[in-house]
Amino acid sequence: MELVAVFTPFIAFLVVGLFGRSIGDRGAQFITCAGVILAALASVVLFDEVILKHQAYTTLLAPWVVAGNFSVNWALRIDQLSVVMMCVINIVSACVHVYSIGYMSHDPAKRRFMAYLSLFTFAMLMLVSADNLLQLFFGWEGVGLASYLLIGFWNHKPSANAAAIKAFVVNRVGDFGLALGTMGVFLLFGTIGFDAIFEQAPTYKDAYFTILGHDFHALTVICLLLFMGAVGKSAQLGLHTWLPDAMEGPTPVSALIHAATMVTAGVFLVARFSPVFEYAPTALMVVTVFGGLTAFVAATIGMTQFDIKRVIAYSTMSQLGYMFFALGVSAYGAAMFHLVTHAFFKALLFLGAGSVIHAMSDEQDMRNMGGIFKKIPTTYALMWIGSLALAGIPPFAGYFSKDIVLEAAWADHSWFGNMAFWLGIAAAFMTAFYTWRMLLMTFHGTPRASKKVMDHVHESPPVMLVPLAVLALGAVFAGWGLHSGFVGSAHHGGVEEHGVEAVHHEMSEDHASGERGVGGHDTGDQSVTKQIAQNIEVIEHGIKAAENQIIVEAEEASYEVEAWAKENFWQKALYVLPENDTVEQAHSAPFWVKKLPLLMGVLGIALAYIAYMLLPALPGAVTRVFRPIHTLLFNKWFFDELYDALFVKPLLDMGTIFAEKGDRGTVDRFGPDGGAALSQKIARGLSRFQSGYVYQYAFTMMIALIGIVSWFVFRNGQGF
Amino acid sequence: MVEFPLLSVMTFWPFIGIALILFIRGEPEVVAQNSKHVALYTSLFTMAFGLFMMANFDGSSAEFQFVEQSGWLKPLGINYHMGVDGISMFFVLLSVFLTPICILSAWDAIKTRVREFMIAFLLLESFMVGTFCALDSVLFYVFFEGVLIPMFLIIGVWGGPRRVYSAYKFFLYTLLGSVLMLLALLALYVQTGTTDIPLLMERVVPAGMQYWLFLAFFASFAVKMPMWPVHTWLPDAHVEAPTAGSVILAGVLLKMGGYGFLRFSLPMFPEASLHFAPVIYWLSVIAIIYTSLIALVQTDMKKLIAYSSVAHMGFVTLGIFTATAEGIQGGIFQMLSHGLISGALFLCVGVLYDRLHTREIARYGGIVKNMPKYATILMILTLGSVGLPGTSGFVGEFLSLLSAFQVDVIVAAFATTGVILGAAYMLRLYRAIIFGPAENEDAAAMPDISMREYALLVPLVALVLWLGVFPSAVMDKTAASVDKLVAQVEAGAGHPPAVSLKGRPEKPSPQPVSLDDVHFD
Repeated sequence: MELVAVFTPFIAFLVVGLFGRSIGDRGAQFITCAGVILAALASVVLFDEVILKHQAYTTLLAPWVVAGNFSVNWALRIDQLSVVMMCVINIVSACVHVYSIGYMSHDPAKRRFMAYLSLFTFAMLMLVSADNLLQLFFGWEGVGLASYLLIGFWNHKPSANAAAIKAFVVNRVGDFGLALGTMGVFLLFGTIGFDAIFEQAPTYKDAYFTILGHDFHALTVICLLLFMGAVGKSAQLGLHTWLPDAMEGPTPVSALIHAATMVTAGVFLVARFSPVFEYAPTALMVVTVFGGLTAFVAATIGMTQFDIKRVIAYSTMSQLGYMFFALGVSAYGAAMFHLVTHAFFKALLFLGAGSVIHAMSDEQDMRNMGGIFKKIPTTYALMWIGSLALAGIPPFAGYFSKDIVLEAAWADHSWFGNMAFWLGIAAAFMTAFYTWRMLLMTFHGTPRASKKVMDHVHESPPVMLVPLAVLALGAVFAGWGLHSGFVGSAHHGGVEEHGVEAVHHEMSEDHASGERGVGGHDTGDQSVTKQIAQNIEVIEHGIKAAENQIIVEAEEASYEVEAWAKENFWQKALYVLPENDTVEQAHSAPFWVKKLPLLMGVLGIALAYIAYMLLPALPGAVTRVFRPIHTLLFNKWFFDELYDALFVKPLLDMGTIFAEKGDRGTVDRFGPDGGAALSQKIARGLSRFQSGYVYQYAFTMMIALIGIVSWFVFRNGQGF
Repeated sequence: MVEFPLLSVMTFWPFIGIALILFIRGEPEVVAQNSKHVALYTSLFTMAFGLFMMANFDGSSAEFQFVEQSGWLKPLGINYHMGVDGISMFFVLLSVFLTPICILSAWDAIKTRVREFMIAFLLLESFMVGTFCALDSVLFYVFFEGVLIPMFLIIGVWGGPRRVYSAYKFFLYTLLGSVLMLLALLALYVQTGTTDIPLLMERVVPAGMQYWLFLAFFASFAVKMPMWPVHTWLPDAHVEAPTAGSVILAGVLLKMGGYGFLRFSLPMFPEASLHFAPVIYWLSVIAIIYTSLIALVQTDMKKLIAYSSVAHMGFVTLGIFTATAEGIQGGIFQMLSHGLISGALFLCVGVLYDRLHTREIARYGGIVKNMPKYATILMILTLGSVGLPGTSGFVGEFLSLLSAFQVDVIVAAFATTGVILGAAYMLRLYRAIIFGPAENEDAAAMPDISMREYALLVPLVALVLWLGVFPSAVMDKTAASVDKLVAQVEAGAGHPPAVSLKGRPEKPSPQPVSLDDVHFD
């Protein structure tokens, strides 16, 4: 089953990539969609097996790199964490695949697009199902590659190419950390397999690397290096500059890669390494600070942007910040919870924005939109759902996950937890504001587009709306449906009932399938007597096994009742030291902590309504009054300009200097060229002697003779 | 198969082709056509011998295999001694694998003196194979230097406008190093009384002498690698050499330096190797960063790839001189992988050069529309060069860096920046050639790759991907020899220094994981 869940997208990619020409556009769309939908179904089955039935396992596929003491296998680690990720990836990816059929219907390169999407899905699945750091790195770089290919999908556009390269190279800066972290893990643990690392982590908590005479806490160094990779991939402050530019890619790409899945890989990485991070409190502190700052800064930028996709992109960055500070305060379950709900509502928002862009003849600037909500009512309604979820209004998904994240930060009772809490509260206000700003500017007010565009505005076809609806279901129900499992809750009543029902249902189903299996054997080979005897044995064995299983399950039934309780849900996949369990403490947070995020959300919406519906002059006035601040925010805090001046230009200059002054000016000048010139000079000097005049030769001979004679004389010190 | 002198047959088989080509008579076109065919079939036969050798090679043994030994210069005790172990076997294979590809790549590109070109190439093949098979240092030296002659001619006769300058630069640089190596070989002979490589590995040279001998050998191999700062011949040689010459230069000739380190420097002068290792680490780091930055600003495709080669070889020297099994395996793998990737990259440049006769990056752009197959192949190779996991480029690079991290964290950190810079210059090259608006009409109108070019590139691309996913196809066969080499170094100089750790409990021995070991939580 895990093979189906991981490799069907890859097979689809191969088929379309190799035989695309012969199967045609329709065929390519069918194969890739079918592949991913199949994978999605398989991952739901895995969810049932692993999480509801507690059967985490690892499948080894083949050896990969074996050299000296370093040994790594291709393997699929199927545990609670990876299964949750696989479900999210495959479901969102399936939605995006189907949506793309409609969205890319006018594009000539449909096959290539679908193939890339499937390749991405595969790489992402390899990333989350890795059981060692090297395979994780494979998936990590693989999604980076797919992201590069898809951002630069419209490769005739220079801006798209530049954005693609930027994404890849900036991500590589993060990968630099991840690679070094992997090497550090090998140095410390002697292996890079997850099981071994996590088991040994507590025993290494007092280990130190000695580098240049200084001692560094080994686990902290490793965690910070790994976190550097996460910063790059998840666009946290410092290495975030690629994410807004990545919006050059087609909108389905933004939804799948740059909102729901790839950018959350960093969150996954830290959650996966929770057994190590728990012993590196300094690293956790750094994670919290980065997360809090990112949530805040990204939200401030998001309020000033006009490109609808960039607004959502900064919103993604901000929400990723929430996930990171949740990780930083050891609330791994809360971070994963927000990851899942965010995947649904943000993919929904992006695809909805895509639907708007599609309707507006590829217009992305919100200043040229407005007044279209009556023309595309379904998209409008779905965007509302996504926005409500993002702003954290109950009962939509974002409300549950954002609240628990903020409560956990508060419950950490540390200075950085508090800082993250207040930054998060401020960001919650801004989130609601820019979300409604976007909603109002896009759909309401007077139409600002040209008449031609407005006449052409049309609702998207069902092939685009159905995936949106599926995601909307997630945005509505993922919050309260998954709440108790991911982060637990104070009230267990309803959940228990549900659990018991589920167990009963599964048991009867299992029983039925067992009988079916036995029956199948029975009708097999009745003609051969020998085989009948064998068959009977097999049947008996099967029945026994089935009975045993039922007994075992019955015994475990009491255990399974709690499948939706936090500690049973995650099992060993997430590890929290008892004293760090902020999620548990968050449940008893005071009333004001629990309700403040909601209040902020409502205030943000209200302010947006006032500014963009009631007093349209207000935004302009505010912009004028706070000109310097607005300039800073509108220009994204000048990160791009800063990096250009600090890194890009100096490095290029250095390259030129090395080539001209280094290679040509020094090495060649004093090396081969200089040597050749010197020898030529000497030769020319010597050749002067070959003048052809006898008197010169005679003179030379005389001098030489005198020289030799005098040397002998003076050497011996006494004449002949 | 013990009796059959496989290695000698493989080494001297090209001479049969040379003889046949010399006998061809007739119209110039006929001669050219026939000599191409003869050369191609000869090299294909040699490749078949190579595959046969690999199939019969016993990877579990660290001993030299297919050994041949007979008297040669008897009064001096110098023997004709051939054999391969896990370290040399794949280099032989690489040589015989790339030669037919080179000959096929020159099919239409070489128009003048075709017969002489083919002779030079077959001669080159013979000497390359001989270099990697020789187990006597004098024999090795003869082959090692012999390679210079056909290569000098290939650059100097069939090269670009500045071919004479480049050819001399190449020749002088490498010869200067080689002279020092010859002196060192003589000194070794005087000291130990033998020129036999397996015997030399066993005899311990006094430490004081090791340093001098190491430096003399180092001069030769460092130029060949090439290491910074003696790398400046490489960009010139590549730029002026014809495509086939560039492929074999990058694919095989550079590897002779790394092979020399593994065959001579490490086992024979272990103390000196570890003594100078820190210097070599830093030279490698400088090479990686310095040449990557230069590659970033190049406007000539071939020059860019040439500089990237120097950077990639930096990873090799870094890995080899950690003297750990991971590092040496990584170094060997990186060399093989680089042979395939950069060879294929030079072929790709040749494909474009054959169409437009310029290597100027700015003259291309937007060709993905007309050349989608080419674009796909170049993409895979670019990713290989960048070291993306799943391509062969990743495995060697990563193992080298991994081993460097074990001995010096700072070195590893600096060297790893090469991974970022590599992505920058290769993707920049790719974008400028393949993507963007089609600004040059002639470039945009180029036809996609032909069947012949397809046949050249697809095997290389397939190998790059295959070895990226299953590097064990190579590493299983090199492991035993590498372990032996590591043991030799340790016996001669003790454990290589490693990053110190405090407060760590006893390191548990790594547990081998078997494939059927499926465990449940």
